[in-house]
Amino acid sequence: MVKKMSGLFIPVLSVVLGLLAGAIIMLVSGYNPIDAYSALLYGIFGDSYFLGEAIRTVTPYILAGLAVAFAFRTGLFNIGVEGQLIVGWLAAVWVGTTFELPMLIHLPLAILVGGLAGAVWAFIPGLLKAKFRVHEVIVSIMLNYTALHVTNYIISYVLTDKLDKTNNIFATATLRSPFLSGLTDGSRLHWGIIVAMICAIIMWFILEKTTTGFELKAVGFNQHASEYAGMNVNRNIMMSMVISGAFAGFAGAMEGLGTFGYASIKGGFTGIGFDGIAVALLGANTAIGVVLAAFLFGGLKAGALNIPVETPIPNEIVDIVIALIIFFVASSYFIRWILNRINKKGVK
Amino acid sequence: MEYVIEMLNIRKEFPGIVANDNVTLQVKKGEIHALLGENGAGKTTLMNVLFGLYQPEKGEIRVNGEPVKITNPNIANDLGIGMVHQHFMLVDPFTVTENIILGKEPSKAGKINLKDASKKVRELSERYHLSVDPDAKIKDISVGMQQRIEILKTLYRGAEILIFDEPTAVLTPQEIKELMMIMKSLVNEGKSIILITHKLKEIMEVCDRVTVMRKGVGIGTVNVSESDPNSLASLMVGRDVVFKTEKKEAAPADVVLDINGLSVKDARGIQAVNHLSLSVRAGEIVGIAGIDGNGQTELIEAITGLKKTISGSIKINGKEIQNLKPRKISESGVGHIPEDRHKHGLVLDYSIGENIVLQTYYQKPLSKSGVLNYSKIYDQARSIISEYDVRTPSEYTPARALSGGNQQKAIIGREVDRNPDLLIAAQPTRGLDVGAIEFIHKRLIEQRDNGKAVLLISFELDEILNVSDRVAVIYEGEIVAIVNPRETTEQELGLMMAGSKRMEAGGKSHG
Repeated sequence: MVKKMSGLFIPVLSVVLGLLAGAIIMLVSGYNPIDAYSALLYGIFGDSYFLGEAIRTVTPYILAGLAVAFAFRTGLFNIGVEGQLIVGWLAAVWVGTTFELPMLIHLPLAILVGGLAGAVWAFIPGLLKAKFRVHEVIVSIMLNYTALHVTNYIISYVLTDKLDKTNNIFATATLRSPFLSGLTDGSRLHWGIIVAMICAIIMWFILEKTTTGFELKAVGFNQHASEYAGMNVNRNIMMSMVISGAFAGFAGAMEGLGTFGYASIKGGFTGIGFDGIAVALLGANTAIGVVLAAFLFGGLKAGALNIPVETPIPNEIVDIVIALIIFFVASSYFIRWILNRINKKGVK
Repeated sequence: MEYVIEMLNIRKEFPGIVANDNVTLQVKKGEIHALLGENGAGKTTLMNVLFGLYQPEKGEIRVNGEPVKITNPNIANDLGIGMVHQHFMLVDPFTVTENIILGKEPSKAGKINLKDASKKVRELSERYHLSVDPDAKIKDISVGMQQRIEILKTLYRGAEILIFDEPTAVLTPQEIKELMMIMKSLVNEGKSIILITHKLKEIMEVCDRVTVMRKGVGIGTVNVSESDPNSLASLMVGRDVVFKTEKKEAAPADVVLDINGLSVKDARGIQAVNHLSLSVRAGEIVGIAGIDGNGQTELIEAITGLKKTISGSIKINGKEIQNLKPRKISESGVGHIPEDRHKHGLVLDYSIGENIVLQTYYQKPLSKSGVLNYSKIYDQARSIISEYDVRTPSEYTPARALSGGNQQKAIIGREVDRNPDLLIAAQPTRGLDVGAIEFIHKRLIEQRDNGKAVLLISFELDEILNVSDRVAVIYEGEIVAIVNPRETTEQELGLMMAGSKRMEAGGKSHG
């Protein structure tokens, strides 16, 4: 019974525990947790504007989570999702600002080029791993910084004349839609959520249904056996990084073509790529799990913005509370262990 | 008679299975007591109960006549029970002494007293004739030596009863002999030993009494002196076992595998296969006899494409295949039962069904335009599972969950089902029990009788002599002799394997 339920029961319990822990922090600091949580909930579901903004926040989290999860499932740790996202963002915006094409071509092209840029950026650690056995974590971390500074340079010296952001993309390359915006009371909700969902289905299909996925997972589990079985281990390592990087690039394209409509100089990382690691872990590295985890993650992030607006609770406390909830969800393994202990005792 | 250990009517259940049912084991002081059973008979479970890793549902454990509750390994240690694990638990960069005291470091004012510890280790080593150097690093010593460290670890902790979990699986014949001596000297010093094994030879050699288990049930305890390998084997398997596999006269036909002047380097860049020539014909089994490390592994890797050759040629049915990709070679009609089934043979996290199509998943009808057809895949898996008697809850069970024998049967099923012209079987029965060994030998001979070529590589001379039609002796990467298994003896083969005897017929292949 418990076993059947635990698939959903444990994440829910984790969230509840996280909320309780957050409440204690707020009580200790002299704030009213009930006010805070109702503001949080209102900030997600309260009106259509908030809901639209929450879904918009979720979109890149899904894609970044898919990128990390895909690599994970094939035995690689792509910690470079952040960098791949940044180059994907810029590449998509470049297509969006440079070419004048009908929308039917322009928008898909911009998205694809964004994905391609992310894929190329991820191909570098893949290649180095395959050819020289350099660990992908080191290379991809370094490439995060490289991506940040190279894109900043390109924005101010190549695409513009020492400006801190690019032009806005042409209307033919935008993911924004007056329809979605109108539906959600003027939020920045865009079609990216559909792209993200399609990518989740693609990931599931590749991993579970294709010979490519069969090879990728086999190589991730056991390179020796894969080689013995006639699979090309090196090609699979590179392929895995490329697909993972493409998802990350799409995440950047969603920001560039949907949320912002331009690329600007960044003082630091967006954080989405790193949060993607948490999303992937939370979602147990499956496509459906990543989507659910991204909704939780993105929902909390979006809703939390409303807490300081409606209550006297400062931003810092809000960050702590959100971090605690995520912490408890991420430690669901620990909670499962405790539950098992309790069950065992009960049986005896 | 006084018993040091009594496990009475032990029952241990896991979800879905009863691993131990009413098992009784009584060990006398100063004896070597064997615990015999097939893979999956519940021997290890029983010992884990004794060592405090599992709690039994029923039954009683007594140590020196006193009823005890062993709820964790520390209690077992305190009661003087020590376990020598099959997979060593040693820290490679540490010295012998550091490993032995690990977890029980003698310290003075927070500083580890290595000097005293090292002295104590040396004393113990001398007392039990282990000849261990306390200051050597683990990574620099041999596997046999590492096992002695494990033994010392238990002695250092004051063990009176030592449990050996299949200790000979990883040892060379020479090391096995030495281990037997060590076990005898331990007993002479008043220790008691429980030896978990499925090797009858070892039991006959060193044990006093043997308790037999079959499918989780204790079958009984017999005195070794009043028993013989045949009766023990049938107790263990539950039916009569044929040691000598029946086979017809071989009818060799065309040459399938033809190796000429092959040279291969090993991982360290040293030439491991040295101008080797050998041929295997359709309808015969050629056994390669040799001591581990004489180029067998590199030879197989070269034939199967896992390793590049330096010179020479390998032909399958007249077509050169050296340095082709493994997939091309496997498609040319080579099947390979790998030496290390966990490293090469299986993706342990994949289901047994997925493992059965590990080389063929990309072919029709298992997949079409890159999309897998899982219903076809599992159809094929089911037919192999039933044909090769792979005991698994289902075709969806992860390979990891199967016992070694059943994993091996799945691999053999997979390789034989592809009906390869050449089947390479490397150590196909390593670590398996007599029932599984008999099954695998039959399958190899069946393959031969169907007009296929079989190349068998094994360190077990019994197996080589029993199954092969021709025996090629490999020494330092060369075939030094080719003999007829019916006209040779283990002694003669042993000498040739050690390089002290060469036959003129050697270098050239056809016998």
